[in-house]
Order: sequence, then structure tokens, then C-alpha cells
Amino acid sequence: MNTSTVSNAAAVHDHAHDHAPTGVMRWLTSTNHKDIGTLYLWFSLFMFFFAGALAMLIRAELFQPGLQLFQPTVFNQLTTMHGLIMIFGAIMPSLVGFANWQVPLMIGAPDMAFPRLNNWSFWLLPAAGVLLISTFFVPGGAIAGGWTMYPPLFMQGGIAYDMSILAVHILGVSSIMGAINIIVTILNMRAPGMTLMKMPMFVWTWLITAFLLVAVMPVLACAITMLLTDRNFGTHFFDASGGGDPVMFQHVFWFFGHPEVYIMILPAFGIVSTIIPTFARKPLFGYVSMVYAVASIAFLSFIVWAHHMFTTGMPLGGQLFFMYTTMLIAIPTGIKVFNWVATLWRGSISFETPMLFSLAFVFLFTIGGFSGLVLALVPVDIQLQDTYYVVAHFHYVLFSGSAMAIMGGVYYWLPKWTGHMYDEKLGKVHFWLTAIAFNITFFPMHFLGLAGMPRRIPDYALQFAEFNMIASLGGFLLGASQLLFLYVVIKCVRGGIAAGNQPWDGADTLEWTQTSPPPYHSFVTPPLVK
Amino acid sequence: MPKYTGRRLGQPFSAIRSLCAIFFGLIPALAWADFAVNLPQPASGLAQDIFDLHSLILWICLAILIVVFVPMLIALIRHRKSVGHQAAKFHDNLGVEIAWTIVPVLILIGMAWPATRLVASMKDTSKSDLTIKVTGHQWKWEYEYLGEDIRFMSNSSTPKVQIDGEQSKGEHYLLEVDRPLVVPAGQKVRLVLTASDVIHAWWVPAFGVKQDAIPGFIRDAWFKVDQVGTYRGQCAELCGVGHGFMPVVVDVVSPEQFATWKQEQKTLVAAAAANVGKTYEMAELKALGEKVYAANCVACHQPTGMGVPGAFPALNGSAIVSGEKAGHIDIVLNGKAATAMAAFGKQLSDLDLAAVITYERNSWNNTTGDLVQPADIAARRR
Repeated sequence: MNTSTVSNAAAVHDHAHDHAPTGVMRWLTSTNHKDIGTLYLWFSLFMFFFAGALAMLIRAELFQPGLQLFQPTVFNQLTTMHGLIMIFGAIMPSLVGFANWQVPLMIGAPDMAFPRLNNWSFWLLPAAGVLLISTFFVPGGAIAGGWTMYPPLFMQGGIAYDMSILAVHILGVSSIMGAINIIVTILNMRAPGMTLMKMPMFVWTWLITAFLLVAVMPVLACAITMLLTDRNFGTHFFDASGGGDPVMFQHVFWFFGHPEVYIMILPAFGIVSTIIPTFARKPLFGYVSMVYAVASIAFLSFIVWAHHMFTTGMPLGGQLFFMYTTMLIAIPTGIKVFNWVATLWRGSISFETPMLFSLAFVFLFTIGGFSGLVLALVPVDIQLQDTYYVVAHFHYVLFSGSAMAIMGGVYYWLPKWTGHMYDEKLGKVHFWLTAIAFNITFFPMHFLGLAGMPRRIPDYALQFAEFNMIASLGGFLLGASQLLFLYVVIKCVRGGIAAGNQPWDGADTLEWTQTSPPPYHSFVTPPLVK
Repeated sequence: MPKYTGRRLGQPFSAIRSLCAIFFGLIPALAWADFAVNLPQPASGLAQDIFDLHSLILWICLAILIVVFVPMLIALIRHRKSVGHQAAKFHDNLGVEIAWTIVPVLILIGMAWPATRLVASMKDTSKSDLTIKVTGHQWKWEYEYLGEDIRFMSNSSTPKVQIDGEQSKGEHYLLEVDRPLVVPAGQKVRLVLTASDVIHAWWVPAFGVKQDAIPGFIRDAWFKVDQVGTYRGQCAELCGVGHGFMPVVVDVVSPEQFATWKQEQKTLVAAAAANVGKTYEMAELKALGEKVYAANCVACHQPTGMGVPGAFPALNGSAIVSGEKAGHIDIVLNGKAATAMAAFGKQLSDLDLAAVITYERNSWNNTTGDLVQPADIAARRR
């Protein structure tokens, strides 16, 4: 596959177009990037609701002190599976869904580079999802040692633990294949004239994210394979009594885990960097520095991992090194925020739903960035590690960061994907409910953490009761608001005002030159980019 | 709550409180005591330094927030399409971009300097007056005063009926233990930490100490507290079912009281030694066994002895419990590999083990009638 791919692929697809399967087989056998993108997005939406429902149960148990609904065994399963499914089942697949739909459309390519691989990348996910969810029904229940799977605790548990390792392996295989496909597509299939530095920002963020995925998913695979053999085959990688080291797992895990954080946020940066210029009707400020900022964040993500482990008791030099590198991340991240604000400055701004989500992203993600800076400082981190402050921090970057950028992206591209405008009024109601409920849920968690409430506990001391009740009420509202999102999406898919080729007057990327919805095979003749 | 007479709450504290009040639109009459929004009042020098560092960073972040978002707010208000604002065309400015790269670097250096000094002092465990070995077990802490022959377990003392809501919750719900760690005021206490099963983390917020206790490895930490009082914390690393029920309580007493306390502990040890070889009645053993069961076994095997199907086996009607005494004693002494069943032989005395095994063999539907004496336990220890 090389530059000749464009013309070859066009010919192949013209041929395939004549007898495309219909019904279920269309989806099962699809090699079309739009169909597969749609499958990814629906899959992730289902998982978002499933893991969200687990979060509702967590907040219900934490509504007041004492054990009311769940015994600690079940509670620990809820928190563990909520994290695992949200990360691997909701956020990551939804971003891959965006990549599938948007990367070919934005670079003027007819499809992904490896369409059959693309099909397999997706269809591994439901298999892994079923395997993971079914662990709730095996003897002993689902995994309960936290999504981070730390040994030796992870050694104590039933068959669910081995099943979950297998499921994560399958998810990892899917991610690696998807990432390779994205890299090859972007590097080889850009329209003539589209140099790397002319690519839309979203494509840049996904290119860098895909390299991160290829680099770190195998590391996770190694870590959990060692867990598997420790559990079943008598090895002692992480068992001190056999000469192993439980902390070594944490090092390997977070060497994957920290880049993973950026895998979930960089494409979100790309979405926001696409939406803000559109509705500010002004080009993205500092495109070149944005590209370098994303690349620097990706590089730094490989040398900060041990900031998740300051309380394990590293030597002084280690703690200082990881504190300094972590603080450095604030610089490229700051550049991105400054660029977004400068893009807004002297624009001609309007506030459609995608823009509302993006503006909220900039503000709330920055708050998450600040709490990240607070946590970067070793002495403060030692007070706050494993408390609700950390829970607040990562929900500010993952919910009001990734998830809200994804929602904004869905509203932004739904007219292109479906050919219909979504219900703007309901979209705005969904936005305001989400933004307000999110803050009611997670802002008090900063206070809970500062005051000393550990995370991952099913019951808490009386001094934490009030803020927990507030957080639970906010959480229920946040959960309910997402049903509105589902309704708006379904309504838009089923019908609505025709969107036209270009519903957003400020948008200038290639997908808007196509009809809405685009033809099943778009860019059969590559566009010329000047 | 502990009695504090340390430094008064500083400005940042009240400012954050007011911000928080505005944020939630709470009526001023609400009792603030229930809405702690900052780190707890520090009791050690380290905690005080952490408190001050956190306040400093918070103020810097607030300043940056204003500098960044006031322009954004102005743009959102004045540069709207609906007020007829025409978009400008500029898309970069090298001078500005260099400035907003350099300035954050300087700010970060300003933050890193005090943090670095503080990390160095937290790491300095030298010249301690007293060393205590802390061992994390699922789900209790063991304290051993090195060189003093004092060693005991510290279990949560919150009754299960309070957790289940059958009785109203006490003031220190989930933050109370049967035997607190006792340390002298004004002395540098060094902790060396490890664990017997999984990773735990020993944490007292007011001391500014949180250190993972890792099986097979030794870590250390230190604190020096001048103010006499009771200080509370919890295990901070997920360690299984009982993670939320593993409090840390430290009694800081005057050095004189500490000397007295040490004497008492040694007397207790001597008294226990005098009882070796003594035989006990069924009623005595069952009564003691019930307490030991409540402190050590109930989280998994449940008050009913029914366990949790699939996760923790039932003791009621269990083949081991109703079988030979030797098999029952062995599993309690040595535990079961790759499960949460710990080797209690290292944690409990012969008397406690004899009592709890007798209790299990004669409770619920188990009616073996067997009496296990401390001497039986001693005989089976390897």
C-alpha cells in the first residue's frame, strides 16, 4: 500500500458498490469506514450508558453513610468495572469511531487504508465487551481490585479476573490494529497537495494518538500477561515471596497508563480545535505551535508515569524527577488553552450546541489541569493521593474533558453523518443540564479529598456526609440528562431539517465539500488541496 | 475531632469557603462545620508546610485562571456574531506565543523550588527518637515498638450494627479502633512500613504522612507532633473488601504518660505469659471467640457464618469447620494461598486462635462440641 492506493482503492470500491450486502450482513461484513465508524459510535454509546449505570449505583450507595444497597464486595466490583468500561468501552471506541468517520473525509481519502482490518478491529470489541460484562454473573462476581489491577490484591479472586485479562487483551489487539490503520491512512492516503502541515488539527491529534497506542498497548499486554501467569502458572513476577516486586507492576502499568490518559484527551483536543474556529469564524490561532504542543505532550507522557506512585516510597531523586517532568506538561497544555482563547479573540462568535460543549471543555479541562498541577507536587500529592480529590481531577479531564468534547463533536458532525439537523433547542438543554450537573457532582469531590476521604470506599465517616449527598444528587441529574442526549441523537438519525452540504458557515475542512450524508463511497476522485 | 490549638486557619481557607458558598448558593445559616473544604488543620510541621504549599499553588492557579478566562469572557461577550462583530483574520503572533511559553516556565520554577525543599525534608527520616514498625494486614494495622517488646493489633471498633444502620452512628464512625497507636508528643517518630498480604497505605492527614505498606518491602516515613491529642486517618490504598473499614488512630500523649503506658503494656505481656498452659471453659472461649471473630473474620465470612457465595466460603456447615480439629487449626494458622484467607498464626495469640476456632466450631448450625485450648494451637504451630 502506497500512494497508488488512492486510485486502486477507488476502482475496487466502485466494483464493490454494485452488490453491497444489506440488513445485518451490511454491518457484520462492512469494510466501509462510515459504517464501521457508526458501529464504533453506537457501541461506545451503549457502553457509556452501561458504565454510567454502574456509576449511578455507586452514587446511590454513597448517598449517605452506612451500607444500604450493596455489600463492599459488590461495591468494589461497581467502581472497578465503571472505570474499566468507561475507559476501554466508551471513551476509546468513541474516539476511534470519530477517526473512522472523519479521518478519510478530512484528508480526502476514499476509505481507510486497511478496510478488512478495520472490520475486524471493530468486531473484536463486542466480543470483549460481552466477555467483560459477563463476569458479573460468574461465581465470585466481577473484578473488584480497581481498574488499575494492582497485585497482590489482583491475585485474590475468581475466574472473573482471568476473563477480564482476556477481555483487555482483545481490546488491546483491537486498539493496536485500529491505530495502525489510522497511521497508514493518514501517512499514505492524503489528497494531493495536503502536506502534513496542512492537515486538519483533528487528523494531527489522531496521528499522534495512534503512535501512542501502538507504543503502549503492548506494554499493558505484557503487564496483564505477567498477572495471568502469576495467577495461574506459578510465576512470581509481582510476588515478593518468590523474588518478585508488586511495585514493578505499577511501574509497567503506568508506563502504559499515563500515555493512555493522553490517548483519551488528544483526539478531544482535535475535536475542540475543529469546532472553536468554526463558530468563531476565524482560523485556529497558532496551528504550528498546536501541532508541536500535541507532540510534546505525547513525548512527555512517556516520562511522567511514576507520578501515580509517589506514595509507594520512591527515592528522593525519583520523586523529584517525576515531579519536574509532570510539571513540564503544564507548558504545552497551557499553550493549547492560550491558543483556543486567542482563536476566540476578535472572532465572530455564535453559540450552537457544539460550541457550547467546546467552550465548557476549555474552561473545565483547565480546572482539571490546575488540579493536575496541584497533584504534580509531591508533598501535596502525598496528602491527596487515593482521595476523592484525585477522583475529581480525573473526572474534570475525562468527563468535562474527553466526554464533553466527544458530545460536542457528535453534535457538530451529526448533520454531516445523517443529513439532518439535530434539535438545537434540545441540544442546548442537554448541554446546560450536563454542564451544571457535572459540576454539582464533581466539584464537591475536591473538598471531600482535601478533607481526607479516601477513594474506593463503600462507606465513609460522618464528616463527609453532606458533600457526598450533593455529589449523588448531581450524579443522578447528570445520568438522567444523558437520556436526553440519546433522544436527540435518535431523533436526528430518524429525520429533521435537511442539513445541506455545509450547515456551519465557518467550517472549512474537506468533509463539508461532500453531500450530507456523504455518498457511501466519498472522494472516489481525490480532491486537490491547494 | 481532635483538639487543635495550632496555627489559626489562614486567609486562603476563608476565601475558598466563601467561593464555595457562592458556588452552591448555600444559605449563610448552614453550619460550616459540616462542609470542610480544605486540608485538615495540620498537627505536624510537615503537614503545615504541605498546607502552606497547597495554599500558595491554589492562589497562583486562581490568578492564572483570571488572566486566561477574563479575556475569554470579554471575547464571548463583545466578539459575538449576534452583536455584529466581524471576525479578524490573524492566526499567529510569534511574540505572544514565545511569551506564553516562557512565563509559565518561570511560574513553574517558582512552584518547584518550595516543593523540592519540602520533599527533601519529608524524606529525611534520620535522627528519630523512636521507631515503630507498622504492618498492614487485611484489614487491620499491627504496631511493633522496635526494641521495646511491645506489639499489638489495631482493629476497627465501629460495630457492624452501626454500619448496617440498625443503630445510630457514633461520633467517630469508621474512624475508631480498639487499640490506638500511642506516641510521645514532641519526639520524632519514624515509621517503618510493610504488609503481610496486599498493599495498604498508612495515612493520617493531620500529620502529612501517607505511605504505602508493601508486602515484602520496607518503606519509611516520619512525623513529629507537639500537640497532645487523638488523630485519625484511614487506609488509603484499595486492599479488598475491608478497605473502607481499616482506620488509623494515633494517641499523642506527653512523654511522661508515654513512659507509663509502656510500663502497662509490658505488664500485660507478662500477664499473658503467665497464662500459658492454662485451660479454659467453653463459655469463656466462646465469649472471647465472638470478639475475635468480629474483629478478624466477619468482613468475609459474615456475621451469619454464611460467607459470600463465590467469593468467600461459608463456615456454617463447612467441611473444614465440622471436620477434624487439626485441619481447622491449620487453615486458620497458615491461611490459604492466593485468597484473602490470611495466615492468622502470625497475627493472633494462641488464646485468641483457640477462642475463635472454638467459637466457629460451636456457632450457627455447627455443634461439634469441641473445645480447642491454647495448648492445642501451640502444638500445631510450625
